[in-house]
Amino acid sequence: MLRFLLGRLGLLIPTFIGVTFVAFTFIRLLPGDPAELLAGERGITPERKAEVMKQLGFDKPYWQQYLDYILGIFQGDLGTSFSSKKPVLDEFMTLFPATAELALCAIILAVCIGIPAGIFAAVKRGSIADQAIMGTALVGYSMPIFWWGLLLIIFFSGILQWTPVSGRISLLYFFPQVTGFMLIDSLLSGEKGAFLSAVRHLILPSIVLATIPLAVIARQTRSAMLEVLGEDYVRTARAKGLAPRSVIGLHALRNALIPVVTTIGLQVGVLLGGAILTETIFSWPGIGKWLFDSISRRDYFVVQGGLLLIAGIVMLVNLIVDVLYGLINPRIRHN
Amino acid sequence: MNFKKTLKATLLGASLAVIAATGASAKTLVYCSEGSPEGFDTALYTAGTTFDASSKPLYNRLVEFKRGTTEVLPGLAESWEVSEDGLEYTFKLRKGVKFHTTSFFTPSRDFNADDVVFSFERQLNKDHAWHEYTPGTAWEYFNGMSMPDLIKEIVKVDDNTVKFVLNRPEAPMIANLAMDFASVVSAEYADQLAAAGSKEQFNQQPVGTGPFSFVGYQKDAVIRYAAHPDYWNGKEKIDNLIFAITPDAAVRLQKLKAGECHVMPYPAPADIADIRDDGNLTLLEQQGLNVGYLAYNTKVAPFDKKEVRKALNHAVNKQAILDAVFQGSGQAAKNPIPPTMWSYNEAVEDDAYDPDLAKEMLAAAGVENLDMKIWAMPVQRPYNPNARRMAEVIQADFAKVGVNVEIVSYEWGEYLSRSKDENRDGAVLLGWTGDNGDPDNFLAVLLGCDGVGGSNRAQWCNDDFQALIEKAKTVTDKAERTKLYEEAQVVFKEEAPWATIAHSVVFMPMSSKVTGYVMDPLGGHWFDGVDIAE
Repeated sequence: MLRFLLGRLGLLIPTFIGVTFVAFTFIRLLPGDPAELLAGERGITPERKAEVMKQLGFDKPYWQQYLDYILGIFQGDLGTSFSSKKPVLDEFMTLFPATAELALCAIILAVCIGIPAGIFAAVKRGSIADQAIMGTALVGYSMPIFWWGLLLIIFFSGILQWTPVSGRISLLYFFPQVTGFMLIDSLLSGEKGAFLSAVRHLILPSIVLATIPLAVIARQTRSAMLEVLGEDYVRTARAKGLAPRSVIGLHALRNALIPVVTTIGLQVGVLLGGAILTETIFSWPGIGKWLFDSISRRDYFVVQGGLLLIAGIVMLVNLIVDVLYGLINPRIRHN
Repeated sequence: MNFKKTLKATLLGASLAVIAATGASAKTLVYCSEGSPEGFDTALYTAGTTFDASSKPLYNRLVEFKRGTTEVLPGLAESWEVSEDGLEYTFKLRKGVKFHTTSFFTPSRDFNADDVVFSFERQLNKDHAWHEYTPGTAWEYFNGMSMPDLIKEIVKVDDNTVKFVLNRPEAPMIANLAMDFASVVSAEYADQLAAAGSKEQFNQQPVGTGPFSFVGYQKDAVIRYAAHPDYWNGKEKIDNLIFAITPDAAVRLQKLKAGECHVMPYPAPADIADIRDDGNLTLLEQQGLNVGYLAYNTKVAPFDKKEVRKALNHAVNKQAILDAVFQGSGQAAKNPIPPTMWSYNEAVEDDAYDPDLAKEMLAAAGVENLDMKIWAMPVQRPYNPNARRMAEVIQADFAKVGVNVEIVSYEWGEYLSRSKDENRDGAVLLGWTGDNGDPDNFLAVLLGCDGVGGSNRAQWCNDDFQALIEKAKTVTDKAERTKLYEEAQVVFKEEAPWATIAHSVVFMPMSSKVTGYVMDPLGGHWFDGVDIAE
């Protein structure tokens, strides 16, 4: 197991170097520069532009900027946002809990509904229920997130008034952030009704963010289950008279879960980096929106630092998935 | 770690303050703002969203724009005098003005000349200890308004008198000092932070003299302010002001309808009719202080001939643009300055839409089968909500007079940069929103000879026009300046460096309970003087 783990960790090093290079190059390859965008329609003289670029540290040769970036990483310094003038790491730490909380709720929702739905569809293969579930999954997968979010807001917040429109908690509550996770902080604050308010604010964004992963997980579970259900050992289990519940729950599911776990791992990555639309619609103060805005204003340090941090987290999640994979399927860790 | 502790203590203190204030009688106004401020030290930034959250609620300036107008009134300066040669501006400062007392700062003295000198010196003087107090301090607005060339020195005469000495006479100087970058900050607070080694907090935990004091900011989510109890102009009627940051226009409207906020900016044009029909909402509207235009490159043939430019102007169907692009929220433009600005020349006659005439004029100018490019901006602006669509309408109009148009576009930064090129191929769609309500801010910036290769996208330098605007800059008598600017507009129309397209109308939906809100012609959002009916 240790060798397996070390092997996986070893693979992270070249990936990490690759990520730093891509993040650094990507933002600089985009046309337009921060000084020009800062000046807007007014325009900026070439001399003044050179001065601003010098102040921002972008006048140095690329290799030196890259070297500064790499050295900074080892010192825990990802640079300072030229827009907010705050260290990139501080900004990330402030915003990441909001994204993580939302992603976690969404993935739980997607797993809790997606896996049972996929199993059910596989067991009832070809039935109307199967077709209905897979049809819905396809619709969910193809749904434009912006339209879907707005539709839910108009119906549940506007017409029925069951949920708040946007934000993380009612503006009435104002307490210090301890963990950054609103569900936990609202409990810690001891303020009456705060936790419930946080939960109510999480419902719609979680549903919207969970929609695509849910569809993917349901479809993946169904196809994996179908494959396993056709295996000889399942037929044997059935033949020896085991209850259908045991056949599916004990024998089939464990094997079917292997590709599903991989899918879930990949979806976590998608959720962390790809929540921009959900965060924008629900005014959710997370890293997706932050990175998007930073790209628009060519805030180089935020983009290269933020991408690196997200990539680091995705790599970590994938490492955990690999380990889980090894636990579920001994053949993998032995090979 | 130390910073985190301070932050927690601040938030805790602030939360107590808010809880105390949200008692039975406390009034809280929630504004669903469209974006996050970049920081709170206004002079570091150029974006309106940042100004709304910083300079407007938190700070004052020596002079202020009268609410809802571009007229300048005394602010932190009670009065001022201008020397005969127009080179010295002496300001008498208001006495007894208090800075905010917050959980992170308690002022030991009232506002005085030191604060004024500090506020400007840090932007002007490259050797000042606060000139580069945080990475990338560009003071871009101060520089953009050519202040470093204009201001020779700022002198503290006594505790309550400050003198600005200029290098040349500049009639719009007073209007410039009412702008956001001229907000006055606390020198005492700056000293305290410098001594504590935490200068960067100046931009994160602001202290001013304005109507509201800073309580807390949760990044990208909520900004909280409390009414300044000792405000020199009287305490505000609302106790708390909250900015709920809501980037999407449709969601802002839903929040407004659901009662989650009281006021919202920038509604989607498609929602205007719905807002008008809603009995619980009020819709304010005002002509924006802006202009959207198509600038020809007057240095490149055949656009160097004014007959060709004039002919093309006759081919543009502005009504079709207003219908297709502005959806009723625009007004056709005939002058380079908007009608709400003083010196707007009503007498100027617009180039009427007349494709036949345009064809004749082109033929007379010897232009046949003309191929040209029109540049369409990749971003939305109040003066042009959809540049691509606008370009398509003009493309169709020009096709009718035998001009073949190719539409091009670039990434925004690239667009701004390339469109300045004096050899640029094609006419550029762009626009301008006024900074200070002075005609000079439009005419000199956008059409003056100094702007060629820069903000003058028509690359147009006309001696008559230049002489008029230069003279207007040095004259202090407003009536005389008006005359000069009116004449300049006549020259502009005659020479046609642009096709003037439209001025937009700005809408501001709010709950019917909100009273006293006045729209700012300069596009800012102010909450002093606003109340909520019980």
